Amino acid sequence: MEAQALHLIQWLLSQVGLWDALRGFIEPVWPVAWIVVKILVIILPIMGAVAYLTLAERKVLGFMQVRPGPNRVGYWGLLQPIADGVKLLFKEIIIPTGANKFLFVAAPVLALVPALAAWAVVPFDDGMILANVNAGLLYLLAMTSLGVYGIIIAGWASNSKYAFLGALRSAAQIVSYELAMGFALVCVLLAAQSMNLGDIVRGQHNGYGLLGWYFIPLFPMFVVYFIAGVAETNRAPFDLAEGESEIVAGFHVEYSGMGFALFFLAEYANMILISALTAVMFLGGWLPPLDIAPFNQVPGLIWMLAKMSALLFVFLWFRATFPRYRYDQLMRLGWKVFIPLTLVWVVVVAAWMQTPWWLW
Amino acid sequence: MNLETILFYFFATVTVLAALRVITARNPLHAVLFLVLAFVSSAGIWLLLEAEFLAIALVLVYVGAVMVLFLFVVMMLDINIERLREGFWRWLPMGLLLAALIGVQMVWVLGAREISSGMAPVKHAADYSNTKELGRLIYTDYVYPFELAAVLLLVAMVAAIALTLRKRRDAKRQDIGKQLKVRREDRVRIVSVPSARKASPVQDGVSAPNGHTAD
Repeated sequence: MEAQALHLIQWLLSQVGLWDALRGFIEPVWPVAWIVVKILVIILPIMGAVAYLTLAERKVLGFMQVRPGPNRVGYWGLLQPIADGVKLLFKEIIIPTGANKFLFVAAPVLALVPALAAWAVVPFDDGMILANVNAGLLYLLAMTSLGVYGIIIAGWASNSKYAFLGALRSAAQIVSYELAMGFALVCVLLAAQSMNLGDIVRGQHNGYGLLGWYFIPLFPMFVVYFIAGVAETNRAPFDLAEGESEIVAGFHVEYSGMGFALFFLAEYANMILISALTAVMFLGGWLPPLDIAPFNQVPGLIWMLAKMSALLFVFLWFRATFPRYRYDQLMRLGWKVFIPLTLVWVVVVAAWMQTPWWLW
Repeated sequence: MNLETILFYFFATVTVLAALRVITARNPLHAVLFLVLAFVSSAGIWLLLEAEFLAIALVLVYVGAVMVLFLFVVMMLDINIERLREGFWRWLPMGLLLAALIGVQMVWVLGAREISSGMAPVKHAADYSNTKELGRLIYTDYVYPFELAAVLLLVAMVAAIALTLRKRRDAKRQDIGKQLKVRREDRVRIVSVPSARKASPVQDGVSAPNGHTAD
């Protein structure tokens, strides 16, 4: 595809007679330019999805609470995210007195960058992946653990007690749930015998559709991973870092305009990422649920997006259903329930794989 | 000069500068953040050496977990930077001596021609998995040293917890198991209280000012 795109550019430019003049410039930078194009093809739809996820969230919450949700801007409120974006873009950026200016401005960027960088190793379809690296799973764990820096630095640099408390809560929360998340991924790694996300999906293909997906042998890990994912993204019911009833808005209380918007983008991009990863590791990624005629003719990308959307709906459902956890309950769940459970299940899976009853 | 060399010098410069700033930054929080930067750029150098497992593990463990806790602690502490700076000049010769010693050692070990020529990195194919190779070595050739190190860490962890563990007798804690076991009968007692007097028929239907009936 890379070569075809270059040919297309060559053809277009030679139509206007510029190819010979620009050839010496285009050919050396082409591999880099092609990577940039691929990155844009991933990032731009994610940004669009983030914008419309905010609308979907408000609509879903609205319907669950028997009210229509936003419906004033455009049909069914479809232009609402654009209106919100424009509003945030034109708001003044306020830097609080005594704030550390550089870190205050850098923090939202630090929150967003890992959320987007993690997409490099996510496969959308067979072969549709930006970087097919063998240590993909480790890379993902590393990237999702970096997101907390944006939050901690924002809380500290704001020079505000509410923001600081939010940052501390978030740091402790993310470090606690990362362990459970890591052990859940170790189980996936055992089952797939690979850290390459493409190979993990291929390992779930056994001709029986959804019976081959890892959520069946690893069901407790599937639940733990998804809940730990909700906790890592600071979403309700684990949104103690924001906790608007206790600490106003937590770590981003001092942010306005685009700074706030970047935190917002990072949170929703992380939600989409966790959904994509859960779909890839436990729900068979791009594989169809039944390996028979009408289903396996649908492109894999559609299945992947459908699974992601279903998981995103669960995120919103959680928010509409559960009250916020108290902090000690959150810590108890992480350390006393999830970590022992995952530790035991790693041993169970490893032993199970040595027996003839391992069918995956 | 190929791209790898340029990248190496870039990461090396960032690592050295960040490490210098760790010990010269006035604000302890900035020092911690520079340490994070040093870790990230040394992970970059390891990536250039095709040690992707080590590089990502460094980012995952040190940057993602250890330094977060460091930041946590440094934010909570009230560090008096002036007191830390006392005695800088007095200890400077000692520090310089140590630095020179380390420098000499490194030149001695790494500078020997015959060794470094034999240590030229071997390029591997794209499907070569560093992680798999490392796992194989750790769990076969080096299994006893590895397990020994693991037990050592476990003992250190248990010891640290045992040293700091103290039961507070006066603190009120929740026992979640007990809370969940509670039934309605344990907390609520329904008592049937007979009403004090029957309302007289005259008062029937007369509304109190708040809209409720007087009964």
